[in-house]
Amino acid sequence: MGVEGIGAKVLRKEDRRFITGRGRYVDDMSVPGMKHGAFVRSPHAHAKIKGIDTSAAREMPGVIDILDGQQLKADRIGNLICGWAVSSKDGSPMKMGAYPALADETVRYVGQPVAIVVAETRAQARDAAEVVMVDYEEMPAVVGSEAALADGAPQLHPEAEGNLCFDWEIGDEAAATSAISGAAHITRMKIINNRLVPNPMEPRAALGHYDPAEDHYTCWTTSQNPHVARLVMSAFYNVAPEHKLRVIAPDVGGGFGSKIYIYPEEIVCLWASKRTEVPVKWTSDRTEAFLTDAHGRDHVTHVEMAFDADHKIVGLKVDTKANLGAYMSLFSSATPTYLYATLLSGQYDIPAIYANVKGVYTNTAPVDAYRGAGRPEATYVVERTIETAARELGLSPAELRRKNFIRSFPHQTPVIMNYDTGDFEATLEAGMKAADVAGFEARREEAKGRGKLRGLGMSCYIEACGIAPSKAVGSLGAGVGLWESAEVRVNPVGTVEILTGSHSHGQGHETTFAQLVAERFGLPIDNVQIVHGDTDKVQFGMGTYGSRSGAVGMSAIVKALDKVEAKAKKIAAHVLEADEGDIVIENGEVKVVGTDKKLGWHEVCLGAYTGHNLPDGMEPGLKEGAFYDPQNFTFPAGCYICEVEVDPETGTTEIIQFVAADDFGNIINPMIVEGQVHGGLAQGIGQALLEGTHYDEAGQLVTASYMDYAMPRAWDLPMFKVETLVTACTTNPLGIKGCGEAGAIGSPPAVINAITDAIGNNDLSMPATPEKVWNAIHAAS
Amino acid sequence: MSKVSMTVNGRTMTGDVEDRTLLVHFLRDTLGLTGTHVGCDTSQCGACVVHVDGKAVKSCTMLAAQASGSSVTTIEGLAKGQELHPVQAAFKEHHGLQCGYCTPGMIMTAVDMIGRHGASLDEETVREELDGNICRCTGYHNIVAAILSAAKSSGSQAEQPIAAE
Repeated sequence: MGVEGIGAKVLRKEDRRFITGRGRYVDDMSVPGMKHGAFVRSPHAHAKIKGIDTSAAREMPGVIDILDGQQLKADRIGNLICGWAVSSKDGSPMKMGAYPALADETVRYVGQPVAIVVAETRAQARDAAEVVMVDYEEMPAVVGSEAALADGAPQLHPEAEGNLCFDWEIGDEAAATSAISGAAHITRMKIINNRLVPNPMEPRAALGHYDPAEDHYTCWTTSQNPHVARLVMSAFYNVAPEHKLRVIAPDVGGGFGSKIYIYPEEIVCLWASKRTEVPVKWTSDRTEAFLTDAHGRDHVTHVEMAFDADHKIVGLKVDTKANLGAYMSLFSSATPTYLYATLLSGQYDIPAIYANVKGVYTNTAPVDAYRGAGRPEATYVVERTIETAARELGLSPAELRRKNFIRSFPHQTPVIMNYDTGDFEATLEAGMKAADVAGFEARREEAKGRGKLRGLGMSCYIEACGIAPSKAVGSLGAGVGLWESAEVRVNPVGTVEILTGSHSHGQGHETTFAQLVAERFGLPIDNVQIVHGDTDKVQFGMGTYGSRSGAVGMSAIVKALDKVEAKAKKIAAHVLEADEGDIVIENGEVKVVGTDKKLGWHEVCLGAYTGHNLPDGMEPGLKEGAFYDPQNFTFPAGCYICEVEVDPETGTTEIIQFVAADDFGNIINPMIVEGQVHGGLAQGIGQALLEGTHYDEAGQLVTASYMDYAMPRAWDLPMFKVETLVTACTTNPLGIKGCGEAGAIGSPPAVINAITDAIGNNDLSMPATPEKVWNAIHAAS
Repeated sequence: MSKVSMTVNGRTMTGDVEDRTLLVHFLRDTLGLTGTHVGCDTSQCGACVVHVDGKAVKSCTMLAAQASGSSVTTIEGLAKGQELHPVQAAFKEHHGLQCGYCTPGMIMTAVDMIGRHGASLDEETVREELDGNICRCTGYHNIVAAILSAAKSSGSQAEQPIAAE
């Protein structure tokens, strides 16, 4: 490893613009003639639109135009799509409710866009939006998945009888049932995974610009995957032809999944720009973000985990009701099915697993992937259940887990996934050592003396990253391939541009991707420019989510670098009259091994472009592209241990220590990996202790601002202890597994297991607010 | 409409704004200083923190007219040319930022905090004083480390002067 190569702690190249206030986010963008859009949104969770009167609003100062769903329909703008087709167990396809970008007949969640006002200023647009009179006929609403499935529940979509979008299953029901019926011990739990609002700090924004002179469209948008946005907007929404649409996702202030999807607002801003012939910018305020960003989680699960007399798990049955919200979002069918139930084997050798998942429509914001996307829900089910089982069986939680660890690889689970590698014993050991589990009982006693209840909780998670082998996901219903592309352009002076289909919205790609070039050619990372987030510059890409930028995006870069290296060596061998196999590239020099013959890297690059002395038949230039399609998912895994103190007087929980021992495979930049873990832990701890999304019975979102929704603040969190161990991934060239989501996946059960250990009551749901904890203490005593 | 005039990053700036215009919108929309961000509209998140007459203020909570006549420092005014302010440098050194959106407000808050506490700043105080700044990326770990490091190297004196003010 060089000072800037793979494995080096390199400070981030991108930081300078952010710390000096020179970042460029969508809301910072301005183009000549730009006007502002504000959305008229439904104040009701469920209502018929009887009419829209814009006459008073049109008289307001600065108003240019007001457009609604009837005009959108007349212009044949297509309904929003779901990109993953899931079938029910009876073979029928999922039941899609029609989702127009502006509601034309019915609104089904509070905040659903109904019309857009375009005005000279943002304030004028918002003033006028408040004056648009929409005549609603209110209808009964339903917000919970169990209530929505009940007889007599309000019905959302004519296409989905009983509000059931799909009734999906995986695994062998007969085998799991039989294993459970003959088991020595069965642990049964009802587990709720609370609904979360992703809350990247940058609210969503879109700037649509139609240029009549060129008949060309540009959309600046807060996207994790601008190419997918362009594809979907052109192929399905009919907003603009793909070759006439440029989508730019510049600096994006966090995503966590919520900026994967193509939302109504960017479609409408582009369409409105065409209609009004002015550029239209809309920026979400925080309450709009709460109301309309895709939410996460919201599962209600019944689980049965069965053990034989030797405490080996013999069967697992899971029944989950997943709240989908009012409409399907881009990947909302995959999140509670293939990204969830395929991880229910956890780190354990379980012979029989069966899961049934019902996807349910409710009068709430659409629910889709949020940091972890299905894997946190699976991990929470498995890790809370096994910890509870250990308590019921009178075993230590570590002992019961050890007894059931998968110890040989590759391992085929009963739920599709084939784990290539891992060492669960090693991460458990590392976690227990770092957490000083051996000394815990003494600390518990000491806390008792101070009137505090101290508890220790563990979580041994596994997740699937690097989404995903295109053929495999295609067979499971994905509408796209999930490869990644890269292009390496070497300039005549030897500097390098990497064009990638991955998108950085906090992950530090401008640094880590440059480290690959430093490693390969010995060039300083300052000589490498990473280009991303612009469909006019990068040919295509699938974007960044599911911790895929390392395992998939960087693998594509490696493939392209292989081709550049091969060509550079051919040129050097020709010039130096040496054998191609004897050429090595290191420290910015291209050398003949074992001799003093060499060329500077820049000389080879210049030679490629002058074309004066190339091998016969070789094309000039030094630019190569590659597409990388993964062979398998990757499987990061680890052990998280949380230690808490609960004040029995108030029910408040303090996290005394949080240890993360992760196996992410090989690591490019340990500083960035640790930062990713910290952020994931904060979101997972936030879910466990603080974050609750609450709709009232009428479907009003009660927690729609930072005064009502408890975001984790600095005061709520400790310094984290992060350890990393390595078993290299066997299925990609860098041996990378991915690190972006682990913290959010593994931490919630560790926190809840710690609190339930402290208070002696397993019946506790997230977020474990002081009120809930206090009640649980008193229910137990 | 109101005419406002203030010193921003050492230069006198004037503009005609609607009476309801917030300081943050004057900075961003009128002056083009887009480093100051809006994250929540309810004065909770602190992405909009600037210094007004040497004190950290949430610029989404203050009317531009209220700041008229004041001296304002934004994130763009913190570095001296190419030379980063020590707190900016500490955020980079300690990986105290990821997406960068909360960062300007975090840094402006931290500069104020270090100015008041100096090298005596401890972790508990940093976490308590960051109550009004929300970060969704870092889990605060490296932000706290960056602030403590910058405080430690600030010398022992409190009330340290701030660049450009």
